[in-house]
Amino acid sequence: MSVPVLDIRNLHVDFKTRHGVLHALNGISFSIARGEVLGVVGESGAGKSLTGSAIIGLLEPPGHITGGEIYLNGARIDGLDFESMRHIRGKKIGTIFQDPLTSLDPLFRVGEQLIETIRTHLPLDEKQARARAISLLADVGIPAPEKRIDAYPHEFSGGMRQRVVIALALAAEPDLVIADEPTTALDVSVQAQIIEVLKKLCRERGTAVMLITHDMGVIAETADRVAVMYAGRVAEIGPVRSVVKHPQHPYAQGLMGSIPPLDQRPSQLQQIEGSMPRLSAIPKGCAFHPRCPLVIDACHQTQPELRASGESFAACIRAGEAA
Amino acid sequence: MTEHPMITIEGARKVFDVSSPWLERVLSGQPPQYLVAVDNVSLTIGKGKTFALVGESGSGKSTVARMVTGLLPATQGRFEIDGHNLDTKHGYPRALRRRMQMIFQDPYASLDPRWRVGDIIAEPMRAFDLVPSRHEEQLRVGQLLKMVGLDPADAVKFPHQFSGGQRQRIAIARALASDADVLVCDEPTSALDVSVQAQILNLMKRLQKELGLTLLFISHNLAVVRFMADVVGVMYLGRLVETADVETLFSAPRHPYTKMLLDAVPDLAMTGRKRQPVQGEIPNPINPPSGCTFHPRCPLAQDLCKRELPRLKNGVACHLADQPVA
Repeated sequence: MSVPVLDIRNLHVDFKTRHGVLHALNGISFSIARGEVLGVVGESGAGKSLTGSAIIGLLEPPGHITGGEIYLNGARIDGLDFESMRHIRGKKIGTIFQDPLTSLDPLFRVGEQLIETIRTHLPLDEKQARARAISLLADVGIPAPEKRIDAYPHEFSGGMRQRVVIALALAAEPDLVIADEPTTALDVSVQAQIIEVLKKLCRERGTAVMLITHDMGVIAETADRVAVMYAGRVAEIGPVRSVVKHPQHPYAQGLMGSIPPLDQRPSQLQQIEGSMPRLSAIPKGCAFHPRCPLVIDACHQTQPELRASGESFAACIRAGEAA
Repeated sequence: MTEHPMITIEGARKVFDVSSPWLERVLSGQPPQYLVAVDNVSLTIGKGKTFALVGESGSGKSTVARMVTGLLPATQGRFEIDGHNLDTKHGYPRALRRRMQMIFQDPYASLDPRWRVGDIIAEPMRAFDLVPSRHEEQLRVGQLLKMVGLDPADAVKFPHQFSGGQRQRIAIARALASDADVLVCDEPTSALDVSVQAQILNLMKRLQKELGLTLLFISHNLAVVRFMADVVGVMYLGRLVETADVETLFSAPRHPYTKMLLDAVPDLAMTGRKRQPVQGEIPNPINPPSGCTFHPRCPLAQDLCKRELPRLKNGVACHLADQPVA
C-alpha cells in the first residue's frame, strides 16, 4: 500500500500543571489513506479535538507532544518550527471547526478571506484567485457565488457560513482536512446538506478527512473507518459498519447502546454507569475498568494494546465478548 | 379518558418587535418590523403524559415553553394548567406555581456557581414555605439527591465540582423539590454526551413513572423524542404543522416537513434506505413566505400552497397531506 496521507504513531500529549502532569493523550496511533474518511468519536474530554490540534501544531500551552511521531505524506511534521508549520496549515492540511461564525472574520468580505488564503498558498494573481474563489463557492453549493463573494459573513445563514468555511479549507487543495464537529452547531436538515457537500468534495479530490464528532450518526453516514476514543486512548478502530453494528470494546458497545434508536422504542436505554474519569485521575491499567461490565483482575494491572478482534482492532483483553 | 387535560394551550401567539430604535427608524423612514415567533399554537397534554415539541432553531419551541410557564407574556392565547388559567397580570395562582418547574438546556448556566448544591435544591422549598425546619430541609435535600442518583453528602459541594450530567441531575432534583408534577424541559440533554444523555433520559423516564409527572419536552433530536414522548408536535416557523402520537408520527409521517426532518436524520442503522435530499433552509421569520410557509422547500408545493395558509386539521397542516408523492 502507498504511504498514508496521515500517519500517527504512539502520540503522547501532556499538560504540565501546578498539580502535576496530566496525560491527555496516551499513545494514539492511526493512519488515514488518500481519499479516506476516518471518523473520530468519543465523549467530551476523550482527546478527539486535542489530537486534531496536535496534528496541526496548535496545541495550547502548557500542552505539548511528549512522545510519538506524526507523518504527513511520509514526512515527519511534529516538532517543526512555527514558520514551517504555517506553510503546512492551509496548504497541506485544511481545517473546519464547529462554529462557522468564529472561523470567519466578521470585518472582511468572504471573498477577501478566500482570496487571501488562495494567494498565500497558490501562485495566482488577484484575478485568478477571485475566479477560483467563485468556483469554490459554487462547488460548496452557494447560489449566485459571483454575487455572494462580496457579502460579509453575517449576511450568510449558519449553513451557508459553514459552506464558506469548507470552501476556505479546500482552497489550496490540501491533502488532509481536519473537520472538528463541523455540523454540531447546525440544524439537522442543514447538517445533512453539509455532510453531503463535504463527502462529495473530498471524494472528488481524493482528500483524506479526519472527521471529529460526538455524533455517531454523522460518522455512520460519512466515514469509512472510525476510531472510538476514551480517556486519551483509542479504544477501538475499524471499518465503520462493523464498529457500529458489532462493536468489540465494551466502551464502544456501551456507547452504541446508549444512542436512542429511531426505528423502535426501548423501555430503557442501555447506559454506561459512572462518568469518564478526569485527566488527573485516570485509573491504572485499562482506563475503562471502573465502568466496565466485563472487568476482570487483569484489567486493573495492564493497559491493553490494540489487537485484532472481529473486523476491527480493540484495546481490551476481553474484546469481542458480548456484554 | 374523561378527566380534563393537565396542560391546555389555545391559540398561543407571540410577536416580537424587532424594529430599529425609534429615532433611527423615523429618520430613515423604515416601517416597524415584527417577528411572529409563535402563531396559533394549540395543544393539550394529558396527566402523566409527555408531549414533545420538535423543530429546528427558530421554530418557536422554546417560546411556547416560556409562554406556558409564564416566563414570557404571550401576545395572545389561553394557557391552562390543571384547571388554573394563566392570568396576564398575576401569572398562575401561587398554589399552582409550586407544581410547575422548568429544566433548562445548559446545566452550567442554570445553577448558581456560588451556591452550595444543598441550597440550590432547597430554594424552591424555602420559597414556598414547604419545610418547617432546617433539619427537615436537609433530610428532604438528601432524599432528592438520592432520587436523582447522587449522594446526600453532595449537598455541601458547589456546582463546579460536578460534571455536566451530574449538574443536570441537580437541576432535576431542584425541579422536583417543591413536589412539582408538571415539568417543562427545554432541550434537557442536548448539551450532554450521548452516554450521559442515556443516563438522564432513563432517569427522567423513571421519575415520570414513579411520580406521575406531566412533561412538556422540547427537543430538536428526533431520536430522543422517539424515546421520551407519548405525543409529538412538529413546529415550523412558529406554527404546529403536525401532531400525532409518537408511533404514528414516526411510522407514518404526513406533513412533508416531518418527512423531510425524518429523512435528514443520519442513518445509524445503515439500512441504505432511499431518502429525499433536503431542500433549502429555514426562511427569515421576519419576512416569511406567503401561504404555507414551507412551500419554497416543499417537494409537493402547488399554486394553492403559495396563496393559502393551511390550518391544522386532523393533526396536520397541509393542503396536500395524505396525497401520494408524485
